[in-house]
Amino acid sequence: MLDFTIHGSNDTRSGFGEGLHELGKSNPKVVALCADLIGSLKMDAFKKDFPERFYQVGIAEANMMGLAAGMTIGGYIPFTGTFANFSTGRVYDQIRQSIAYSDKNVKICASHAGLTLGEDGATHQILEDIGMMSMLPNMTVINPCDFNQTKAATIAIAEHHGPVYLRFGRPKVATFTAPDQKFEIGKAWHIHSGNHVSIFATGHMVWKAVEAAKALEAEGITVDLINIHTIKPLDVEAVVNSAKKTGAVVTAEEHQITGGLGSIIAQTLAKYHPTKIEFVGVNDSFGESGTPDQLMEKYGLGVKDIIAAAKRVTSKS
Amino acid sequence: MSTTAELQKIASQVRRDIVRMVHAVNSGHPGGSLGCTDYIVALYFNAMNVKADQWSMDGVNEDLFFLSNGHISPVWYSVLSRKGFFPVAELATFRKLDSRLQGHPTTHEGLPGIRVASGSLGQGLSVALGAAQAKKLNNDPSLVYTLHGDGELQEGQIWEAAMYAAHHKIDNIISAIDVNGQQIDGPTEKVMNLGNLRMKWEAFGWDVMEMEGNDMQAVVDGLAKAKSMTGKGKPVMILMTTSMGKGVDFMEGTHKWHGVAPNDAELANALGQLEETLGDY
Repeated sequence: MLDFTIHGSNDTRSGFGEGLHELGKSNPKVVALCADLIGSLKMDAFKKDFPERFYQVGIAEANMMGLAAGMTIGGYIPFTGTFANFSTGRVYDQIRQSIAYSDKNVKICASHAGLTLGEDGATHQILEDIGMMSMLPNMTVINPCDFNQTKAATIAIAEHHGPVYLRFGRPKVATFTAPDQKFEIGKAWHIHSGNHVSIFATGHMVWKAVEAAKALEAEGITVDLINIHTIKPLDVEAVVNSAKKTGAVVTAEEHQITGGLGSIIAQTLAKYHPTKIEFVGVNDSFGESGTPDQLMEKYGLGVKDIIAAAKRVTSKS
Repeated sequence: MSTTAELQKIASQVRRDIVRMVHAVNSGHPGGSLGCTDYIVALYFNAMNVKADQWSMDGVNEDLFFLSNGHISPVWYSVLSRKGFFPVAELATFRKLDSRLQGHPTTHEGLPGIRVASGSLGQGLSVALGAAQAKKLNNDPSLVYTLHGDGELQEGQIWEAAMYAAHHKIDNIISAIDVNGQQIDGPTEKVMNLGNLRMKWEAFGWDVMEMEGNDMQAVVDGLAKAKSMTGKGKPVMILMTTSMGKGVDFMEGTHKWHGVAPNDAELANALGQLEETLGDY
């Protein structure tokens, strides 16, 4: 279905904050660490109600990753909080050695991912994080699409043993998924069934893909719309079955095409069911300052870009 | 708890294990391993309360040790096996295919005694501090120990961790720096001068003591003193003076044996200087 009831507009980072607070109540093993961005990460409520399980680490992200790895020794489940840029590239070796290779049960929670961080500009707009994290053996990579899904994913990853990268963002976007939903790691959400084109979307691009699908269907192009919230492990069956049905694929992500969802879907289909494919994402470029909407339009991540990609890939040429 | 004489016998055997392990695969790091032998032996056979026969990753109610300068894995592997964490015979697999004794320590193959991978330098202090805070949350009164190379202090993350430890008053940790003055490219003072380490660590809010690291009695006494300094609101640092390559005269005091294995003749020479006390693996 495509006719969602919008439950207002909210930021995915607030979904994380609410989920973390719920975990504080329900799971005494959950601890939280933050590198001087409590307000930005919406960790205030957890800090207020569970001060003995909250750790301020200052502007020292490398140390934070090591601390989190160490806190698992003794049975705790650490959630680290900082911007996506400082959660990945800045601390890649710490994550690689002390967390992923060491199989530590750390949840790396990353806000302000992608272009929609906005005015701060390219230094902070990481567009390579999904690629970096997906390459690490043993890492689970999740990029939810709205407030409710982010909250549910935050709660779900505490029950999963192993390192997780949870990516979310800064801007307010439509909240359209169900409140208090159950989040299933690695199980794609089949939003809508159609026969002409498959659209695989993640993160903030999912709502744009819903709007694009409505426009496409109005023109007689039916869309098989799938939300890939878990990029690793990928729901290969859902991807391949949809591609077999439609024979035409569009991927949509707020990330570099290379190394991101587009690469991963293309690699999967190349192996199991080679299919025509178009990629909506950032094309080998850094971002810049601007409002989120301006940036998404300039870098080709708008609703119209998804529609255009779907038309290109379904053309008989 | 072993007597100093017993500890010295164990140390002699551990040094034999080290040179034999690196010789067998013509790779590995004998210099730092030999220099830190007395310290690691004293930790496991005297200072620490460990459960070698009941290995658990969480290590609740036992003391934990983190080797941050993971390249001196031979000394740690030897001591862990001699303490009973895994069979001594497994030392023969060091650095070979399908071994649990990887070139640098790792949890990945499930070797008992190892709680995090190390080797990429500068990360172990952060991990140990996290483990120390987990102990506090668990109301677990046991201690966390770490060892770092002096060259490793050139990594910035060490100082992030140093600042954090004092700020959070983590006083259930005893860290040690292997001050041997050597790193791969030469003496530390030539490569990147470390300056006054006591003043640096004190300025970062640590309680600092110095210790001669190649005198077993001094190490035993020093560790007892360090323990008495815990629980007082500050992290504890031991600046431990050692000689790289200690125990094998031609390896001693030079960076040349940092990461080089002895040949057959050199091995025979080295073993002639180290008494076989517990039986070779």
